[in-house]
Amino acid sequence: MKDEAKSLLTGIHFIDGDMACAEGAIAAGCRFVAGYPITPSTEVVERLANRFPQIGGIFIQMEDEIASSIAIQGGVWGGAKCMTVTSGPGMTLMMEHVGYAAMTETPCVFVNVQRGGPSTGLPTLPAQSDVMQARWGSHGDYRIIALSPNSPQEAFNLTIDCFNLAEQYRTPVFLLMDECVGHMLGKVVIPAASEIRTVPRWYTKRPPGEYRPYDAGTNDVPDMVKAGDGYKFHITGLTHNEIGYPVMTADTQEKLISRLIRKIDDHVDEIVRVDRNNLDDAEVVVVSYGITSRVAQFAIDQARKRKAKVGHLRLITIWPFPDAIIRSLAQNARAFVVPEINMGQIVHEVERAVAGRAAVRKVSHAGGAVHHPDAILDVIMEVAK
Amino acid sequence: MNDIRNPMDTLLRTDRIPHIFCQGCGVGLSVNCFTHAIDSLDMDLHKLVIVSGIGCTGRVAGYINLDSFHTTHGRAIPFATGLSITRPDLKVVVFSGDGDLTAIGGNHFIHAARRNVNLTIICVNNFNYAMTGGQVGPTTPIEGIATTTPYGNSEPPFNLPFLADSVGAVYVARWTVYHVRQAARAMAEAIQKNGFSFVEILAPCPTLYLRRNRLGSSLDVLKMYKERSQIQHAAPTNTVGIEKNSDIILGRFVDKERSTWRENFDNLHRNKMGPKFLSYGG
Repeated sequence: MKDEAKSLLTGIHFIDGDMACAEGAIAAGCRFVAGYPITPSTEVVERLANRFPQIGGIFIQMEDEIASSIAIQGGVWGGAKCMTVTSGPGMTLMMEHVGYAAMTETPCVFVNVQRGGPSTGLPTLPAQSDVMQARWGSHGDYRIIALSPNSPQEAFNLTIDCFNLAEQYRTPVFLLMDECVGHMLGKVVIPAASEIRTVPRWYTKRPPGEYRPYDAGTNDVPDMVKAGDGYKFHITGLTHNEIGYPVMTADTQEKLISRLIRKIDDHVDEIVRVDRNNLDDAEVVVVSYGITSRVAQFAIDQARKRKAKVGHLRLITIWPFPDAIIRSLAQNARAFVVPEINMGQIVHEVERAVAGRAAVRKVSHAGGAVHHPDAILDVIMEVAK
Repeated sequence: MNDIRNPMDTLLRTDRIPHIFCQGCGVGLSVNCFTHAIDSLDMDLHKLVIVSGIGCTGRVAGYINLDSFHTTHGRAIPFATGLSITRPDLKVVVFSGDGDLTAIGGNHFIHAARRNVNLTIICVNNFNYAMTGGQVGPTTPIEGIATTTPYGNSEPPFNLPFLADSVGAVYVARWTVYHVRQAARAMAEAIQKNGFSFVEILAPCPTLYLRRNRLGSSLDVLKMYKERSQIQHAAPTNTVGIEKNSDIILGRFVDKERSTWRENFDNLHRNKMGPKFLSYGG
């Protein structure tokens, strides 16, 4: 990976969100991607298949999404920063290895350019209906991180953030992009390498013999190693002790799973990023994410013209969910309005955080298009009365 | 007398003994063959990695004192693919069972062989799913009794050497756990190959398959392996299927050269792109 700067296309570009995601991965230091073609995500890997041979990277098109989602983890344990890219049906297949990455604490990035579902659904049309799948899709208890961009520029920026969070917390991280952000052309500024913050993998300083792969010390995130350095370490998806050996006991399970959850839950404030707009005097709070935030902002602007005291909380981080921020807004707000391109997913999280202190109204949409702004505006005006 | 140790102990995680394998299980013998194979090679053990899937044989990675990965069911090969193609300095061995590698992992098996990923696949074939209690598998002989075929198996089994050969493996051998020296030599040969090499090891499962099929003890089966085996090196792999009561054909069936995935990837891009190509890790 000589000369990172040369691999960056520093400058101003007019590209879509999928391509911006590919460039973000490159900027983050990703040099190994395994994937399987699926609309509307394919442009990401097409771009990488073109770019990687020029900059010392490898893209391999695997036989399916299951293989893609575990091949990248082989790459990670060889020392690479890795990503796979898919859409809903592929994400369903990859869930096996979201769990493996969570259990083995393998830092890696899953890009899901969402389309309408269930099943084959609407391959070329937008939806935001994989939000709960991202959070809960694999079996067992675990935490993940998920970010949602609303523009090509943010697709670039947040892809870098996904890699950084994956390294920082040793967890699978999702970029949950909407079809219409993936296919939206826009201005994307790629900064100079010196202006891009990347988090390197934290390798242990301990010598072989003194290193224990799942001894997390005091910060709940253990140091890593890679294959070939003489550590003779063992990694398993079974419940394991600090040495990494399988131990089938309730005590070991309790200790391990508690730590996997704690390492995210105790750092929600550091992970969560939101965009606040007109919230100071807001009696109505619109909570949105991804492409829907752009439609919602138009509706909010219209409502403000009609003197409604409405503000906007845009979730950049969807998971972990910003409970504390919602709770705090619920002290002054009368109502929350939650538009999303699904039949109601994040609205349940808002209801949970609001806990009855304010009204919560969903503005659902089954997918295939974005909301008409009037659908959101009507609900805002109704609850603002 | 406490200092008497098995000479292969350094290759095993002795702190994990006792292991989970049943008395008479063929997996332990296969592991012993593997340790003798790597002992014979005088290679840098820091650069040797073992990857397993799920099942009885899938537990092998956990007992070998190397960098080792116990992955998900059927997915040892694609995990190993990601590791091998990004780290050509490593030799990656996939050690797993017949069900793991050729049923749930069958798609990955054929594509890794087609690509000629630089991997050595050691497949312990015990003719059933043992970890879960003895269900029918892709290698169970016709009429074989398993918990999910209580009246006998109606499906024809895979001929694994033929499968591996037909999708491009550069080395294909079959031995049994009776033929420990030949098996160890075959594993060593396979590890030295550049490309997708495949060694099938026939092994008794006394607790489940032998018992349900009234095949006697593991010792009886070892005697059967001795009596019914015929060594036919270079035998056409379409002739080595295991039929009920037929001879068992063993040997080194395929040994050829073919450039690997990584070599092909680098060469193609170098030829097409010239100095604009930058090889991974280069």
